[in-house]
Amino acid sequence: MRNFKTFIQDFGWPRIIIFFFLVALFIMAPFVGVRLDASFSDVLNRFGQNAIMVLAMVPMIQSGCGLNFGLALGLVAGLLGATLSLQLELHGMLGFLGAIVLATPFSIIFGWFYAKLLNKVKGEEMTIAMYVGFSFIMFMCIMWLILPYNNPTMVWGYAGKGLRTTISVENYWLKILNNFLAIKIGQFFVFPTGLLLFVALFAFLMWLFLRSKTGTAMTAVGSNPDFARASGVDVDKMRTISVIISTFLGAVGIIVYEQSFGFIQLYTAPSPMVFPAVAAILIGGASINKASMVNVLVGTILFQGLLTMTPSVINSLLQTDMSEVIRIIVSNGMILYALTRKIKVSK
Amino acid sequence: MANGSSLLSIEHVSKDFYGNVVLHDVSFDLHEGEILGLVGENGAGKTTLMHILFGMPVIMETGGFQGSIKIGGTEVHFSSPFDALDAGLGMVHQEFSLIPGFTTTENIVLNRESMRASILNDVFGDRMSVLQRDRMRERAQKAIGKLGVDLNPDMLVSEMPVGHKQFTEIAREIDREQTRILILDEPTAVLTESEAEMLLQTLKRLASEGIAIIFISHRLQEVLAIANRIVVLRDGHAVKDTPNENISMRDIASWMVGRSLGESGQRSEARGFAESLFKVRHLWVDMPGETVRDVSFDVHRGEIFGIGGLAGQGKLGIPNGIMGLFPAGGEVVLDGKTVPLNDPAKALAMGMAFVSEDRRGVGLLLDESLEWNIAFTAIQVHGQYLKKIFGLFSQRDEKAMEDLCAEYVKLLDIKCTSTKQKAKELSGGNQQKVCLAKAFAIKPQLMFVSEPTRGIDVGAKKLVLDTLHHYNRDFGTTIVMVSSELEELRSICDRIAIVDEGRIAGILPPTADISEFGLLMSGAAMEEAVNA
Repeated sequence: MRNFKTFIQDFGWPRIIIFFFLVALFIMAPFVGVRLDASFSDVLNRFGQNAIMVLAMVPMIQSGCGLNFGLALGLVAGLLGATLSLQLELHGMLGFLGAIVLATPFSIIFGWFYAKLLNKVKGEEMTIAMYVGFSFIMFMCIMWLILPYNNPTMVWGYAGKGLRTTISVENYWLKILNNFLAIKIGQFFVFPTGLLLFVALFAFLMWLFLRSKTGTAMTAVGSNPDFARASGVDVDKMRTISVIISTFLGAVGIIVYEQSFGFIQLYTAPSPMVFPAVAAILIGGASINKASMVNVLVGTILFQGLLTMTPSVINSLLQTDMSEVIRIIVSNGMILYALTRKIKVSK
Repeated sequence: MANGSSLLSIEHVSKDFYGNVVLHDVSFDLHEGEILGLVGENGAGKTTLMHILFGMPVIMETGGFQGSIKIGGTEVHFSSPFDALDAGLGMVHQEFSLIPGFTTTENIVLNRESMRASILNDVFGDRMSVLQRDRMRERAQKAIGKLGVDLNPDMLVSEMPVGHKQFTEIAREIDREQTRILILDEPTAVLTESEAEMLLQTLKRLASEGIAIIFISHRLQEVLAIANRIVVLRDGHAVKDTPNENISMRDIASWMVGRSLGESGQRSEARGFAESLFKVRHLWVDMPGETVRDVSFDVHRGEIFGIGGLAGQGKLGIPNGIMGLFPAGGEVVLDGKTVPLNDPAKALAMGMAFVSEDRRGVGLLLDESLEWNIAFTAIQVHGQYLKKIFGLFSQRDEKAMEDLCAEYVKLLDIKCTSTKQKAKELSGGNQQKVCLAKAFAIKPQLMFVSEPTRGIDVGAKKLVLDTLHHYNRDFGTTIVMVSSELEELRSICDRIAIVDEGRIAGILPPTADISEFGLLMSGAAMEEAVNA
């Protein structure tokens, strides 16, 4: 009994409630005519699509920069990489990897400036980060129009310039990861092997990194910057590294998302992608200054599971579109919950 | 009984904070027109006594106090500082409580302004009264006149020299008609010598007009100069209550710091050291509240060097500055090599280690395991406790970290459930041992230990001191120990430097007379030497 209690305490009520809600949705699914195998397939797929963006939260949380509300910078770097890859007519695996390679310098540059700013506003990182993200997206709205792209699949047909809001990657690298070694069972269930392997690779690299000397120093900076400084660690440098890694992972994350989703979405599209990533890692049990791979895994599955199942099940049940409402309530509610627990960090 | 009637009597006042006794059966009287000098080391209980006198809420919140306070013969119970003000107590704090953007006059009569009713009063009540500027100015001038100093009533506080601010504060207190008792807490700490002299004259003048004054200061020469009577507090006891006749500074100093003979513990045997290991020349450190101005000293190889002094004089700034935690300048040489300042990593890499006085703030990763806490500095500074995997990535060697931690848990007798326990779950004494272990783990040539026994119980204190002694004797670690507890320094150090106002006032052997230390701490050695 005691073990059960501590288990619940460790795991946390929010996770347990969401977990049982999700289980209930799966149980209900067949009764309202939603196929279970298709649902499982969807959950796996969406997990893979989003996991790297959630993973991007980890380094900044560990280094004490808080939740990366400015993930949009990384997403924009990824969008630049993706559009450049299309512009250069890179196809297939080459196109996908090319997009990541092309996005890398942007993410490093954006991350570096972003880190410079965050190091100036210690203690208020999250508020500042949010506005950095919003304003940068707006700035890019102008850039998408005036950057000299000219691939016909990407630009507005009537003017011949300016990127479209939605660009299909169908002829380039659609589902390049999802279909890699994919296992198809029956008509509706597809196991996206390549996608999950790719996510696992990044999670493993992150795990290795956090156990390295630099990763250890970064964690200590997040835990107690004064201690780290007294032990000879350059606090600002560690924070800068964490922000750059986070921004880079944001870029990789959006490219992975696009290859699975099928479209590059520009202009204000990155805006609503940030909160779900933040909410997912919080649902996974991360606090504002501690996060682990388990938090990423559990959080992404629970959150994306919820997003997959509520539209199909609840909508069939209530005959109305509740999915967006539930997504907003859960993601914002979760962020609110985590922020109110900020004071519980011992100092 | 100097003037017969006693204005304020403190009778058998005791106070403890959660079992930690800070005042023990303190009694003394204050008479009309008397200046009472209240002296004592940091932590002797002066501040707590003043808090009780002034009815500060912190006293009630922590369970009140025993004993009674009588003003003019009747017992009083203050539930807030306002009651104390009404009863005729005035307090001048060490930090100024003035409004910078207001003039002298406005500050003096603040919240007691002279007012005239206006038409708006009929509608909105008294809050709409008009200030009577000329009347206010008159009152301010009267109060300033009483002080016998020259203050411009229309000057803004922000433009005043420090001394004038201090006088403005006092003027504010005596403008209150009923003020009969004035308490000054370290009023001369921020003043220049001539300003302090002027303040003392003023106080004498006020006393001659019948105001009773409690004067708290650690500048003993000032206390001797103006007090009629001197009360010495030590560890919560009023150890001495004597008229100021035929008393020397040396006497007060020994009353302040002296422990009864039976208490003083073992002394380290006198040892000779030949080789100099560490040299500091003209060090300055900009550490808030602990400014170091110009410090030079040498430490011999294998020595335990003590640095003592009162709080705020700069003793803590010395190790913090040398280890690069606060902006510093000057010349620091370890073993013939110059130590770069303002760079903690280099300082550590050169073989120095630092146990911070701020255990929970700087010393520990409270949310991490003991293994992390002990191994972290060694990992970062010397790249130890790492292993390579795939010949590429260097990874934490958890096994080696655990072994290291287990070794120190055993060696220092750290009470914990496992080496994976979080640092915040340990008691203060055990946390301190973890901090020491962290420093020992990088095998330093020279170790700074700052306030190692602050806030830990007696048993743990002894263990910590024994550990330092053991490491010094058996491994030859040179130790520089900074502490406010003189007895502690005297029990294990080979030489003790006393810091006063950011400078080394003198270096003494631990066997030196206790009054010598007291004199150095009060910055009086120089004056006495001149007078002798």
